Amino acid sequence: MDLYEHQARELFADYGVLVPDADVADTAKEARAIAERLGGKVVVKAQVKTGGRGKAGGVKLAADAAAAEITARQILGMDIKGHTVHKVMLAQPVDIESEFYVSYVLDRAAGQFLAIASAEGGMDIEEVAATRPEAVARIHIDPAVGVTADKAAEIAAAAKLPPESADILVRLWTVLTQEDAVLVEVNPLVRTANGRLMAIDGKVTLDDNARFRQARWGDAESAHDDPLEAKAAAKGLNYVKLEGQVGVIGNGAGLVMSTLDVVAGCGAKPANFLDIGGGASAQVMADGLSVILSDPEVKSVFVNVFGGITACDAVADGIVQALGEVNLTKPLVVRLDGNNAAQGRAILDAHAHPLVEQQPTMDGAAQRAADLAAAK
Amino acid sequence: MAIFLTKESKVLVQGMTGAEGMKHTRRMIAAGTNVVGGVNPRKAGRSIDFDDRVVPVFGGVREAMDATGADVTIVFVPPAFCKAAVIEAADAGIGLAVVITEGIPVHDSVAFVAYAKERGTRIVGPNCPGLITPGQSNAGIIPSDITKPGRIGLVSKSGTLTYQLMYELRDIGFSTCVGIGGDPVIGTTHIDCLEAFEADPDTELIVLIGEIGGDAEERAAAYIREHVTKPVVGYVAGFTAPEGKTMGHAGAIVSGSSGTAAAKQEALEAVGVRVGSTPSETARLVLEALDTEH
Repeated sequence: MDLYEHQARELFADYGVLVPDADVADTAKEARAIAERLGGKVVVKAQVKTGGRGKAGGVKLAADAAAAEITARQILGMDIKGHTVHKVMLAQPVDIESEFYVSYVLDRAAGQFLAIASAEGGMDIEEVAATRPEAVARIHIDPAVGVTADKAAEIAAAAKLPPESADILVRLWTVLTQEDAVLVEVNPLVRTANGRLMAIDGKVTLDDNARFRQARWGDAESAHDDPLEAKAAAKGLNYVKLEGQVGVIGNGAGLVMSTLDVVAGCGAKPANFLDIGGGASAQVMADGLSVILSDPEVKSVFVNVFGGITACDAVADGIVQALGEVNLTKPLVVRLDGNNAAQGRAILDAHAHPLVEQQPTMDGAAQRAADLAAAK
Repeated sequence: MAIFLTKESKVLVQGMTGAEGMKHTRRMIAAGTNVVGGVNPRKAGRSIDFDDRVVPVFGGVREAMDATGADVTIVFVPPAFCKAAVIEAADAGIGLAVVITEGIPVHDSVAFVAYAKERGTRIVGPNCPGLITPGQSNAGIIPSDITKPGRIGLVSKSGTLTYQLMYELRDIGFSTCVGIGGDPVIGTTHIDCLEAFEADPDTELIVLIGEIGGDAEERAAAYIREHVTKPVVGYVAGFTAPEGKTMGHAGAIVSGSSGTAAAKQEALEAVGVRVGSTPSETARLVLEALDTEH
């Protein structure tokens, strides 16, 4: 789960990293009150979980509280790369002397976290990395040792950061490990005109797998802007809405991803990703079908199941039971393969639902579902 | 001969007495796996009757290894306890630990993968279906009856795609199939399996299945160019998958790659790997490659 900037700011402050004075508002009136409290002149920043806010007009300086109210009104409700702005953060402007970049990120290839730091911070660290790689220090962190004061000093020196940034590097490592984050990024880390180091903007991604031991964020929100995704999440389904006409249900993330590709290869667009997992019980099948059928764009549905641990006859029983619970309004193409595929197909044949048809292969079934969607 | 797992392997199951552990231990024994013990400190001294075999439960991995000569352990314990379970197994000096459990915090995986490596314990997984050497042994949850012994080696991030290819190529059969798991940090990589399959006289051709995210397939391609002489057929899933969560700016810097399916396919094809556009086309490419060899 990605945190909003204002949440990352709070986290940094909790771990003793200096951050600007700031507060969050979800109305323009509130924004004005906060600006007054902060001394009038503020930076108004859209709170969205995407980059490029500045370019989209989501970050603006307001000269006084009245201007902050007007600016907040402009930014609230704005759409930035498909994300609606529901909150703005108002922050005291900081007199910046120089800007740096620091982050800890998981290096999958090495199986370790990597410290990335540069004295050339600010907007575009990717460009610095591409054009002047020598200006970006990358240092792996031994998980058994972590970031000690010595390690932090080594990172700071390698990146030509001020020596006093070592303390912040240790604190940010503590954020990463204590909060079970997989990314902690501060960009920019600045030296203010009066010589203090401050985290101006940051990004923190938490590990969803660690929720069981991280009560702090609870079920904060899973950020499902799409109502179908919210409905699926409420039923515990692994569903992602896409822009297409062929609904897809399958077992196993790899097989479902593959199914989307095969549907696309047949000239249709998949309407969603839905992985019902290995068990594929009747209830999960019914829940999945009901979510997909409530998508008005869906014209046909492709159920693609490979019987591994769960044999196909059990999956077919699940489909039949699901058909009893859901009012099927769109054609359903089913492909069952693997363990007990013949028995599974026989069960569906015996049920003989007029809108359900079977295809023996994944490629053939995808083509049929694509044709049905196009014919509608 | 196969890789990593043979009929000689003596297998422990950590978490055998849990629901998943019981179900899959029964399946593994039915598939011929030599399961010699379970581990659960609270049930030490008991034994479990699995129809074909009575399996003793030990209080710890060390004790179980001393009593049975076990060299493989399969970890089914819940996510919160996996780190401790794997560290215990590595401390006991086991050769191979197969971590099936899904949902392990990545900080735990980073810690136990590094710890095991230092002590010479190979980890397969976490969040994986395990590995199977058909006709000999099955360590994990891969269905054993969808294929037969043969001359293809398979390595994959994805469970069900592995099953799909195993099934499509069941008439040829497999030396060993390894499900390495889809987590960001895993113990055994595509490259480790390529190296082992290249050295395995029972393996004639290698199937490599990848999916979007990270750059493991790109690195595998570089390895193939330098070190693999056997034919490799690839498949990559996720061409139309939605763009995943980007890891900020830092993620792109680390991988040096977009992580897209297209980039992976391109990297593999550039080193002579034939890449199928669907699982069934991939199976056809395997058959063609085996035909041209003989």
